[in-house]
Order: sequence, then structure tokens, then C-alpha cells
Amino acid sequence: MSQSSPLLEVKDLKKHFPIQRGVFRKVVGHVKAVDGISFTIEPGETVGLVGESGCGKTTVGRMIMGAYRPTNGEIWFKPEDDVERINLAALTPSEMKPYRRYAQMIFQDPFASLDPRMTVREILAEPLVVNKLAKGAELEGRVRELIEMVGLKIQHLNRYPHAFSGGQRQRISVARAMALFPRLLVADEPTSALDVSVQAQIVNLALEIQQRMGIAYLFISHDLGLVRHFSKKIVLMYVGRVVEYAPAENLFGRPRHPYTEALMSNVPSTKPELMGRKIILKGDPADPINPPPGCPFHPRCLYAQKLCSEDYPPLREIGPQHFVACHFAESLDLRGCDALGCVI
Amino acid sequence: MFLNDDFVRRMRRNGMAMAGLGIVVVLFCVAIFANQLSPYPPSHIDTTNILAPPTWSHPLGTDVLGRDVLSRMIHGAGVSLSVGFVAVGISTLIGMILGAVSGYYGGLMDRIVMRFVDVMLCFPSFFLILAVIAFVGPSIWNIMIVIGVTSWMGVARLVRAEFLSIRERDFVQAAISQGARDGRIIFLHILPNALAPVLVAATLGIASAVLIESGLSFLGIGVQPPDPSWGNMLTEGKDNIEIAWWLSVYPGMAILTTVMGYNMLGEGIRDSLDPRLRR
Repeated sequence: MSQSSPLLEVKDLKKHFPIQRGVFRKVVGHVKAVDGISFTIEPGETVGLVGESGCGKTTVGRMIMGAYRPTNGEIWFKPEDDVERINLAALTPSEMKPYRRYAQMIFQDPFASLDPRMTVREILAEPLVVNKLAKGAELEGRVRELIEMVGLKIQHLNRYPHAFSGGQRQRISVARAMALFPRLLVADEPTSALDVSVQAQIVNLALEIQQRMGIAYLFISHDLGLVRHFSKKIVLMYVGRVVEYAPAENLFGRPRHPYTEALMSNVPSTKPELMGRKIILKGDPADPINPPPGCPFHPRCLYAQKLCSEDYPPLREIGPQHFVACHFAESLDLRGCDALGCVI
Repeated sequence: MFLNDDFVRRMRRNGMAMAGLGIVVVLFCVAIFANQLSPYPPSHIDTTNILAPPTWSHPLGTDVLGRDVLSRMIHGAGVSLSVGFVAVGISTLIGMILGAVSGYYGGLMDRIVMRFVDVMLCFPSFFLILAVIAFVGPSIWNIMIVIGVTSWMGVARLVRAEFLSIRERDFVQAAISQGARDGRIIFLHILPNALAPVLVAATLGIASAVLIESGLSFLGIGVQPPDPSWGNMLTEGKDNIEIAWWLSVYPGMAILTTVMGYNMLGEGIRDSLDPRLRR
């Protein structure tokens, strides 16, 4: 039984933010930040959620964390092995409270995610105190374990966040998230505010902890190259929808969506002779308030045909576990990272 | 807290703020040691020495009943300070609670509280205070309370604005996802980060509370004679202003200096807390 159901199953998730105008707050339209996405995460595995800025990746993460209420859809989460899974999307904030500790989050901006008025000790102790998991000497012991787990020192506990660099703050965030032994960690671009050298340290730290504690990750990023590194499956989003969802090796070996190909062609390559093939997309991403008819990607697509501007291509399975939203997925011969010689 | 090294260094370099702080500290000492500092008891009547001009035995002269003006002013300092602090304490407490609730919960709660603020702001507050005092009777406690409950609106708006912006910060989201309750988030996470502008508003608020108290006492519905207060000393002085200028000038200067001191201190704190806001 426990093997058959995944840790997290997101079904047809939508979030539409109303746009209100005027004195009477009349709703004049909706920003379709997330418009029907589905994916699953098995216990202990890493799923990469990739897309460009504003495509709705963060909104998905925040809905799973319960910060936003979905407009539509289901979020099935299994907090423990021998517990029935529950639909988080149907719970009120107070009903959700007992399940919150099983899913934790690391944030993009390490300068906003730690309370500037609290010492590191207070920050790390808070989750344990709030959930009444430890107190007194046991609490101090746990806090020390946590800070050492992320490679910082016990004497750092008395300092305030402003005394730390971005990378160190992100380590503190990781320690805080791990305090409750979550089953799922939502990492919302945890490295995008850091230097490249520090990015690798944080990613390695996260992977090391994952192996030790068996946590599943939802790794949100705009960087395909980074995500390839450790994701088992990849969900690629474009303007609130999934364009391609596949196991990482299939996606990078043979992408089936033109958008995926375009992104891959821009990952730095070890084969400079192929660099000329870089696909530069024209124009801006579609407006989520008023998306174009048909496929939202068609105005920028190199392979677009008449059908693309008329019909929306539904997400369909074209290989084992490989889902694509493109009318011509079978006929296009697209080149993935392997053919392009991407670094990483 | 926000009183970090940077803040202290900028305060030290700010001449105006230090002058204001000096005035406030001196006033405090005067109020605390009033009995030791004043040459005569404040209500000591000396009918042989009425309306005496400043001399060595009465440095600031005497009033119509022969009471020493300096002694009465020294005792009046305590009245001004206690009215200022208690009134601002009340208004800050009310303002913080309503502002926090309004900013944190938002929605209907926010709209109700903010409309209530608008209604309160519609009344000319001095006349509102006059009306209430006429109803409940003048006493120093009534004045403190009435000033407090009619001047919390600015703090409420300020705290609400801070809550609206801090509520959206990631560390609040992190606390929510750990299962922290609302009370913990409001008091341990958001409020400490919202205190800096409240401190500035409170300091400036003391200045205006002192001014209102003086005004009420001047009109005869504040501190009641024979208890000395700078405001009621002005009232007594105005009848004899042609023959005894010292009765009006010294209490007036005391009010001026106090209000200026708090304003300078408040503005100094504001500039030092966030140097970018400086004009």
C-alpha cells in the first residue's frame, strides 16, 4: 500500500489571481499564474520544476506549502508511511496546521528568509519549540546538531543573521527546514541569489542531507543545467502550464518540445563548434492575463504551424512517463543536451 | 534590537538629536528631584512678597499669592512629563494593537479598523478632548487617559503599514510553515521588526501631549490649581502680564523648550534609524 501511492501528487492545480479595478473592486480579469499543472513526487526523490521568470513556479511551491489557496485542483500529500494521504487543497489553514511540519521550504532570498531580530539559536529553536518537540538541554543539543549538520559552528548560534554571508544564511535556512524532519522540502530557487562557487556548496549540502534523511525535494529553478545535476524527473513550465514532464535522462537525451530545445541550446556547451546552434527566442513570454489563442508558445516557436495558433495542445504521454504539450511532438527532431554537449 | 552600533554612532554625530536628548534628560532629573531642587514648597504662600520681580531669594520672581515661580515650575515639570508619558503609553498601546490586528488579518477586520481611524481623525481632537473633559471632570488622570484615547490613530496607521509589508516577508512564511500560531508570529516576528517607526512616533507624540496638557490647563480644565502646571501658571500670569512679565515668560519658555527637545530627539532618532530617509 505504501509503495503504491506517491508522497505528493498534484492534479490539475490552478491559481488565478483576480485583477480588481475601481471603487467597487470589480473583477476585470484574472492573472492565470498557474493554469492546470500535474506531477507526482515519490518519497525521497528529487523533482526539478523549471521555467523562466514569471511562469508560475514559485506559485506552485507556495500552494503546496499552503501559503496560497488553489483556485482549482488537488494536492495529495502523504505525511507518513502508514497514514492515509490527504488533499491539502481542500483544507482550511487551521485544518492544515498539523501537517505543515512535514513539508518545509527554503527560500530564494537569504536576506528576507531569516528574522533579523532573532539570533541563529532562536531561529533554529523555533520550529522545535512551536511543535513542542524539545526543550531545555535537549533543545540546545538539537540546535547544535542542526548547525553542525550544515557546516557552521556552535559559536555562530549567538549571532544575528546580518553577520552572515548569503551562502551562510542559506545554510541556516536549510538547518531550520530540517529541524522538523520533513518528508518534503520545497526549495524555491535556493541558489539563484548566490555566487556560482557558493551555489555548488549549497546544492551539495542539500544532496548530502537528502541521502542521509531520505527527504524528497521539489527543486524550483530557472536553470536547466543546475537541475539536471540531481533531478530524477523534470517538470518544465511555460506561462502557468506544463510543456514537458519527463524523467531527466529522457528529457535531456531527446526533448520533445521546442521550448525545451531552446532552453537547452542556451546551456553552456563543451562543444564550441555547436555553439552556433543557440536558439534565441524572440519576444516576451505570453501575458498570463491574456494568453494567445492555441499554444501559448506559438508566437515564439521556430516550428509553429497554422494549427498551433488555433488549438491548445493538451499534455499527452508520448513515451514511458514522458508527457509533452505539443501538436508535433512526434514529428519534430529536436536536439537535447546530449547532442549539444551541454556542460554538467 | 534596533539600538545597534550603527544607530548609536549616527545618533552621536547628530548634534540636534543630542541637544534634544540633553533637554529631555535634564527635564527628567528636574522632575525626579523636584523636592530637592526647588527652594520653596510649590504652594507656600508669602503674602508679604506678592508679584516680586526676580531677585536672589526668588530667582524667577513670585506670583499674585507670593508663591515662588521657580519652585512651581520645577514641580510642573513632573506633571508635564507624566502626562506626556502616560498619554503616549496609552495611545501607543491602542495604536499597536489595532494596527497589528488590522495589518495582520486584513480583509473585513482591516476595513472596519481603518474606517474607525478615519472617523476618529474627523474630530478636531482638541475640541473632542474639551468636550470629554467637560463631561468627566478635569483631573490629571482624566487628561492622561483622554489624550491617550484620542491620539492613537497615527500609530495605528503606522503599525498597520509595517505589518502589511513585513507580513509578506519570507521569514514570516517560514514561521507559518513551521506551525507557529498567530500570536507568536505577531508578537515575536512582526512586531519587533515594526518597532522602530513606533519609537519615533511615540517620541514626537510626547511633545504634542505636553502641548495639549498645557493648553487644557491654560483653559482651566487641565491640572487644577493649586497644583502647579506650566499651563495653569500661564493662565495666572496673563492677568498680570503688564506688571509681572516673569509670570508668563518662564512657564512659556519651559513649554517651548520641552516640546522642542522631544521633537529634536524624535527627528534625530528617525534620521539615525534610517539615514536614507533623511531629507
